[in-house]
Amino acid sequence: MARVLMKGCEAIAEAAVRAGCRFFAGYPITPQNEIPEYFARRLPEVGGNFVQGESEVASINMVYGAAAAGARAMTSSSSPGIALKSEGISYCAAARIPIVYCNVARGGPGVGAIQPAQQDYFEATKAAGNGGFRMLVYAPSTVQEAVDMTYRAFDDADRDRNPVLILADGVIGTMMEPVELPEMKSEEEVKAIQDSKKDWACIGHKLDYANRAWIQPGQWDTVKMQQWNEDAYEMYKTWKPEVEIYQVEDAEVVMTAYGISARICKSVVDILRAEGKKVGLIRPITVSPFPYDAYDAINYDICKTVLDVEMSIPPQFIADVDRGIHHRAEIETCLCSGGNIMSRDAVIEAVNKLLAK
Amino acid sequence: METNLCVAGFGGQGVMTLGKFLAQATCDSTDKNVTFFPSYGAEQRGGTANCFVVISDEQVGAPLGDVMDDLIVMNGPSLAKFLPTLKEGGTLYINSSIVDEPTDRPDVKVVKAPVTEMALEMGNAKVLNVIMLGVYIGYSEVVSPEVVWGTIEHKLASKAKLLPLNKEAFEKGLEIGRSQK
Amino acid sequence: MELIYSRTKTIQEDKVSGFCPGCMHSTVIKLIGEVIEELDVVDKSVLITGIGCCGLHMDYIAYDTITAPHGRACAVATGMKKASPDSLIFTYQGDGDFASIGLAESVSAANRGGNFTVIFINNGIYGMTGGQMAPTTLLGMKASTAPKGRIAEEHGYPMHMSEILDKLTAPAYIERTSCNNPQNVMKTKKAITKAFKNQLEGKGFSMVEIVTSCPTNWGLDPMKSLEFIEEKMLPEYPLGVIRDTIG
Repeated sequence: MARVLMKGCEAIAEAAVRAGCRFFAGYPITPQNEIPEYFARRLPEVGGNFVQGESEVASINMVYGAAAAGARAMTSSSSPGIALKSEGISYCAAARIPIVYCNVARGGPGVGAIQPAQQDYFEATKAAGNGGFRMLVYAPSTVQEAVDMTYRAFDDADRDRNPVLILADGVIGTMMEPVELPEMKSEEEVKAIQDSKKDWACIGHKLDYANRAWIQPGQWDTVKMQQWNEDAYEMYKTWKPEVEIYQVEDAEVVMTAYGISARICKSVVDILRAEGKKVGLIRPITVSPFPYDAYDAINYDICKTVLDVEMSIPPQFIADVDRGIHHRAEIETCLCSGGNIMSRDAVIEAVNKLLAK
Repeated sequence: METNLCVAGFGGQGVMTLGKFLAQATCDSTDKNVTFFPSYGAEQRGGTANCFVVISDEQVGAPLGDVMDDLIVMNGPSLAKFLPTLKEGGTLYINSSIVDEPTDRPDVKVVKAPVTEMALEMGNAKVLNVIMLGVYIGYSEVVSPEVVWGTIEHKLASKAKLLPLNKEAFEKGLEIGRSQK
Repeated sequence: MELIYSRTKTIQEDKVSGFCPGCMHSTVIKLIGEVIEELDVVDKSVLITGIGCCGLHMDYIAYDTITAPHGRACAVATGMKKASPDSLIFTYQGDGDFASIGLAESVSAANRGGNFTVIFINNGIYGMTGGQMAPTTLLGMKASTAPKGRIAEEHGYPMHMSEILDKLTAPAYIERTSCNNPQNVMKTKKAITKAFKNQLEGKGFSMVEIVTSCPTNWGLDPMKSLEFIEEKMLPEYPLGVIRDTIG
């Protein structure tokens, strides 16, 4: 398939449309404005609907409503706006409504900085809203990956009836690079997907109490609520983490990173391997569920230190890395934050320092 | 093989467009990988604007490199800001109408083109970025001129009136670039 | 024997009202159900409840329902109506939900002229959480968070949502009714019918604001509550058609 040069945000939006997304609501915030802008142009062409919500809070709830009626629906924002969406995300999780959303993350906390960051890791993977629900969270490191993940996220969401998060960042969102776009689902396919949800979607049903659509983001009865949590937990356990393990087998220093930082680290592996240095990379592709077992691939007889590379100060991703390594090696960090992009030279310097130890 | 280019200037000088044309041409006509990364600020207009283009045979590792192989500067403040990032032996392209050649970097090759004046002479101040793109392609040969022109032609398809002017601008730039090799 | 009245089938057969004595939610829920049956749209009706006592609505009915986060019912309705334009979609929200936490969603949805219906229950107090002050609480009226009563200098004045929305250009129909006597109950039913018909005919945003009581949190018995509505609430919230661009 021919490759086209696309901005990350626009590529994500196009991938969603091709996956059958027919409703999008969002609110302006840098650096993700090209997502709503793209949907505003594109959705009317395919019989879909775009709404600019009056806030992030309203937007996620519009998506909750559209998805509850059976449409493939999406929203996006950047860090402070994602925090505002947490109410609706939790409702979608509780009501088992499939939605996809994207965080084009920027510096924080607070209004933070409009430039790229990875400071929403805990929020994305541990507490995207109240109540301790879980989601599949994909962390793209290229625009192509962002496209592929967005496309499949709609299938994941529908399969599980659960929200799926694309955890991107300002670099992935604003950069342009060549991508191959996935196949456009036909109108028949999109309709078939929406029709397949008719049993539970709030669209109106024949008068029959037992079979009405009853979308409930909670239960009055505590026994039922606990049962709900147990069922959800069983569903969460079916997820398989995904990971890229790169040149780790004989590595004396292993870097670990996700998203844009991992992409930079991967090129560091290539650069240092060309110099004969034994370094490797473990890159979680899903950060929820987290691929803890991937850290078993490290040969701890020769690798005494793992370098955690992330655009967050204090580091967050390190908490999961720590659990994966489980005291088998030291963990050092290479960090930046607040909108500064990870410097490849800084990573190389940090790795070299560890190699010299 | 990986080339890191930084293009910097005032907002309104077409710096982003220059970078995008180059990335688009690379994507359309080669097997190479390319990234275009705009540095973005809060202002919509004015201020400084800069972008980074990486062209590589391998997957691009860092869309924003630490060290630039090539640097295009369209105004004075950008020279001060980005010259330290230009590698030893790198190539500096300056808009010599308003940017003085630096005296403290004897190690770098300087390609000069008075693109502001040239654009004004051509009757349209806006084409300075296309002239500079020509200069860059003429000197670096990173992508073939035919391909780059094809991209510009395609991108300007809806403004066909402007094509002859841009063609002239691009070719004048190519000539300047080639002549300084 | 001639059957002259039967309970609406839109309410589950075995359900007994769990609302407090004198509460008007059950009256309004019944009216809505009757209108849905009379318009023969049971199989396309979707109730979006707010949070609070309004949310109890879903326990009684036999048609589709979804619970919105507190205040967001109009946003949920906006998305739902786009995805399922043939459904009859209405929100059922209290004053705290619609006029306080959901103010942005409510006003913005009305301003877009979204083709759905709002049933807004105004009893001047938060019910489920225990009698806290609402934007619609009357001056001088005591609330658990305004123990000396609502004071204008401190709390501002009661908000008139129907009149506020009437300042917008898009809304099609806004009427304020009450359920404090049989005549007003009938008028409320008529207003709900009109609002639903507007939606079915694609006329845009309609709202029925219904002035009701909360005997429990007002600290009045049901009969006294009816008097309170007549003597205190209705002078502040006069009944009638506030806006009708349909005719």
